[in-house]
Amino acid sequence: MSADAPLLEVRELKVYFPVKHGLLGAVRGWVKAIDGVSFEIAAGETLGLVGESGCGKTTLGRAIARLVKIASGSVRLDGEDMAEWTGAQLRARRRKWQMIFQDPYNSLDPLMTVGDIIGEALEIHRLGSNAKERQARIKELLESVGLDGAHARSYPHEFSGGQRQRIGIARALAVDPKLIICDEPVSALDVSVQAQIINLLQDLQQQRGVAYLFVAHDLAVVERISRRVIVMYLGKVVELGPANAVVQTPRHPYTQALVSAVPEIDEQTQRARIILSGEMPSPMDPPAGCPFHPRCPMAEGRCKEEIPLLREITSRHWAACHFADRNASK
Amino acid sequence: MLEIRNLQLEFHSDQQTVRAVDGVSFAIAPGETLGLVGESGSGKSVTALSIGRLLRTPPAFHAGGEIFLDGRDVLKASKRELRQLRGRGVSYIFQEPGASLNPVFRVGAQIKESLKLHRPQAATDEEVVRLLKWVGISAPEARAKSYPHEMSGGMQQRVMIAMALAAEPKLLVADEPTTALDVTIQAQILALLKDVQQRLGMSLLLITHNLGIVGQMADRVAVMYAGQIVETAPARELLRRPLHPYTRALMNAAPRLGGTGRLANIPGNVPRPGAMPSGCRFHPRCAMARPDCSVNAPELVAIENGRQVRCPYWNSP
Repeated sequence: MSADAPLLEVRELKVYFPVKHGLLGAVRGWVKAIDGVSFEIAAGETLGLVGESGCGKTTLGRAIARLVKIASGSVRLDGEDMAEWTGAQLRARRRKWQMIFQDPYNSLDPLMTVGDIIGEALEIHRLGSNAKERQARIKELLESVGLDGAHARSYPHEFSGGQRQRIGIARALAVDPKLIICDEPVSALDVSVQAQIINLLQDLQQQRGVAYLFVAHDLAVVERISRRVIVMYLGKVVELGPANAVVQTPRHPYTQALVSAVPEIDEQTQRARIILSGEMPSPMDPPAGCPFHPRCPMAEGRCKEEIPLLREITSRHWAACHFADRNASK
Repeated sequence: MLEIRNLQLEFHSDQQTVRAVDGVSFAIAPGETLGLVGESGSGKSVTALSIGRLLRTPPAFHAGGEIFLDGRDVLKASKRELRQLRGRGVSYIFQEPGASLNPVFRVGAQIKESLKLHRPQAATDEEVVRLLKWVGISAPEARAKSYPHEMSGGMQQRVMIAMALAAEPKLLVADEPTTALDVTIQAQILALLKDVQQRLGMSLLLITHNLGIVGQMADRVAVMYAGQIVETAPARELLRRPLHPYTRALMNAAPRLGGTGRLANIPGNVPRPGAMPSGCRFHPRCAMARPDCSVNAPELVAIENGRQVRCPYWNSP
């Protein structure tokens, strides 16, 4: 693997879910949850993934984590095709990636102590040669996420939401992963605690060089933590670029609407609000042409027939809109 | 329109008595929007539920204070008076519209039920359709026959708003009405709330944790922390110049578009109602705390332009 090869390389990924019908479960159709998505993540980088519910962002994260079967396309981690890993090979590589979930209440086993929750990962991957070494490692992990080593003996219910998310992060870090898929990790938290967790994730990245795929619906949070951002709509990438460019000069009308819909505190920065009509169509029955055209304020005849390709509009900034070039002045 | 004076609200259990709301006072004028801001556990939702006496007793007890809605004392109202106050006086919409709608009835029937209770002379199919149309539901005749689960979260919230509007309330309480919705749908619902408020001239109590929504919607704002109001001000002025250290910290902790650098976080956690810190309730997390802050509990004092702040050092650098 060369030094500048990406840590994660996703090519033309498709994930389809069957829609079953009747007693015998005859397949009636397919939901194209992910419909041809490509991107890369460099080592130590944060890639933000935004979009509204049903756009496929969570499925994408889960597909990369091998929690959902992919229909076609490839996911390469460290230059190796993840789909080809089986058995012992897979077990040996499982510690390369981890997940953090939205709900810190449901993603920790209530019957296990915090020490056991973190220690389980160490044991499975045979990290630490004996119990004493593992205890020391658990203490160190808890301290690295801002908790007390003594918390190892407590149970999840004894912690607040923010502290539980810290436990989830410590568990993910236990196996020293190269990539952490963060699925809405701060959406369930209060604003003050949300800032703590965002800062913690950034500190840990600097210390350990771990890469994040940061999935969230909050554009301001994603912009803050990510170097680059992907915007998804109906299973497709509609925009991809440097975080500040995507937010400041969005090229896709959907991103423009998303940015304008964020309620802003500062009067000066309050933008002309674009209120989209309607809602995202069902991924079972996506519209022909551009998936966004039924809600797009600038759709023209061409948009109803021709699917726009994701193309580079300015350096490293991609958008899937026929008119992305003239959308610049927003 | 609404006046709450020194509200004290307690929750009793076998083990302990917890004071969730401690001396909250505010008023809302006809047609005005008050934003009530705070994090979880601040007491903002239970304060709002008290207005319609919607908290079950026990465990909730009103330990003191008064709530006047349209001139009537809610806490002393009889059952019959309460029935009149709920609906025509105050209606509610909540964060999870799916949990507030009855899953086994068609949405049209549920709106009609609300009409029967509060405006019986208008309990017709035509009025149901008119309300659905008003809240922006396309093909309202067909949609009236839908069940809640056949609708998206945004549509369910529109139905909830239609049900609330069926009573033509003087005050609408919207408790985190868009928190569960996507941001483009949130923009639609906020625009709708503004529109119906203007047309009906009703007052709006908007509970939110999002200061951006406050800036967009509210005339005035009250910030709650640990069961007390720590600051009230006209919304624009508060966002331009927050005075209480908690309000300032909250604004700095919220990521904004185009923002860079590290977020200023507030250390620690919101205190639990059973374990309030001594003195100022915010002092353990306050960057500006002084030694006496852990001893003296500050009062909410009026300072200027209708602003109030619960911090004796608001004016110090």
